[in-house]
Amino acid sequence: MERLAPNARRDAYGSKINRDHSPVLAYGLPWLTIMLGSLTPLLPVIAPAPILPPLGYLLLLAWRMLRPGLLPMWAGLPLGLFNDLYSGQPVGSGILLFSVTMIALELLEIRFPWRSFWQDWLVAALFVPVFLLFSALFSGASIGFRQLALLMPQLLLSVIAFPIVAKMVSLLDRVRLTRVRRIG
Amino acid sequence: MAPPSAKRAGSNKKAQLGLFAGYLAAGLGATLGALLLAISLWRPGTFNGLRSMASDAAAPVGEVGAAGRVGSRNFFEAIAGYYDAGSKNAELEEEIRIARVRLAEARALEQENQRLRAVLELAEGDVEPVTTARLIGSTSSSARRFAYLSAGRRDGVEPGMPVTSPLGLVGRVLEVGANTSRVLLLTDTDSVVPVRRATDNVVAFAEGRADGSLRIRLINLGINPLEEGDIFVTSGAGGLFHPGTAVAMVTEVTDDGAIGQLLSNPAATDVVIVKPIWQGDVVRDMELPLDSELEAGPESASGQAGE
Repeated sequence: MERLAPNARRDAYGSKINRDHSPVLAYGLPWLTIMLGSLTPLLPVIAPAPILPPLGYLLLLAWRMLRPGLLPMWAGLPLGLFNDLYSGQPVGSGILLFSVTMIALELLEIRFPWRSFWQDWLVAALFVPVFLLFSALFSGASIGFRQLALLMPQLLLSVIAFPIVAKMVSLLDRVRLTRVRRIG
Repeated sequence: MAPPSAKRAGSNKKAQLGLFAGYLAAGLGATLGALLLAISLWRPGTFNGLRSMASDAAAPVGEVGAAGRVGSRNFFEAIAGYYDAGSKNAELEEEIRIARVRLAEARALEQENQRLRAVLELAEGDVEPVTTARLIGSTSSSARRFAYLSAGRRDGVEPGMPVTSPLGLVGRVLEVGANTSRVLLLTDTDSVVPVRRATDNVVAFAEGRADGSLRIRLINLGINPLEEGDIFVTSGAGGLFHPGTAVAMVTEVTDDGAIGQLLSNPAATDVVIVKPIWQGDVVRDMELPLDSELEAGPESASGQAGE
């Protein structure tokens, strides 16, 4: 009997025979990871100043850029609400900023349909400072010039962290599409 | 990567409608967010219940993390034990640091006692702590400085209670859930604590600067008597904070006061103590009109009538 090509039975996502993608995993993993990212305030880091990157927001950007259309456009509402519950921001600031981000990314994508890693990073490097700045303005803290200067380390850290987050998301995307469901 | 072709509606009416619905939903989400934001900036207490429910739900994660923080430190200490001189030294230094603060506190207490005895002929006893708990997290990516505490209403914690560590004041409780509560750290820009110099009665306000230091503003302006190394303790004025708890050490003298370094760095704190509100009845009386406005309940009204 003639041997089949090895990739006819398996690919990067597992065996093709008798297995299929799990819809829960395929559609739920982005939501789950973004929500876990929003839980950073519960990390055992008691920071004297804002220092950790807004991981939930970075994950949202990364998922949205890697898989356009996977997160519905209204995803900013529930994810932003969840982020607000833990981030210490007044409720509503995350909802507003996440929703506006989803719209802005959609418009940007219509304008530049073909994208590369560098462009994604550039977009993230533009979006994250705006997000942090508006978060600080909405936070209800009295913000002066000094407090804005305090955002700089966090801002740089977030911009540098984005490629790592994007890489993590692409690994998670492979997990997301693993064929785990047994058919028949 | 190019977007999937479904993103282009073309002349397909159904696809056009779908795209439009997407924009509409996202736009509505943004509007709702703006509305909620306006409400929560206008009335900051509106969503307290929602938030404390959420942090109650996620508290186990934070507990594990906090235990991990303590555990990992013990692990490294165990390793460092083999090179024991170094760790012993660190331990002793820590002890000296605590002792120094304690000494300043004791001096302040002594003076406080003298003053009180002189004025009121009243001896002050030790304060019974409400509970001891762990700081399980902080808003490390926001401009606000809140921390989450692993004790809540079930442990007797109430909003306004001061939170201290062995090294000094950490903050005060802002919102209380069943098992967790949110603490406003001293370094938040909204936090103001009445303080006085430990050695005499130079009174001031310590305001947070959001970067781990405090701005100490003297109440009596004139010649600035502060020097680097001065230790400030709470004065107890206005209630809430017990007098004589260490707050900050002056590191830089400015025109109208000083910049102080926090004595109890919350990052280095494992276990904190929640104390009852100092002069609670006075504070309650002061906040009564505000409370009755917030709750609009019959209790506060009857409380007012009873007095």
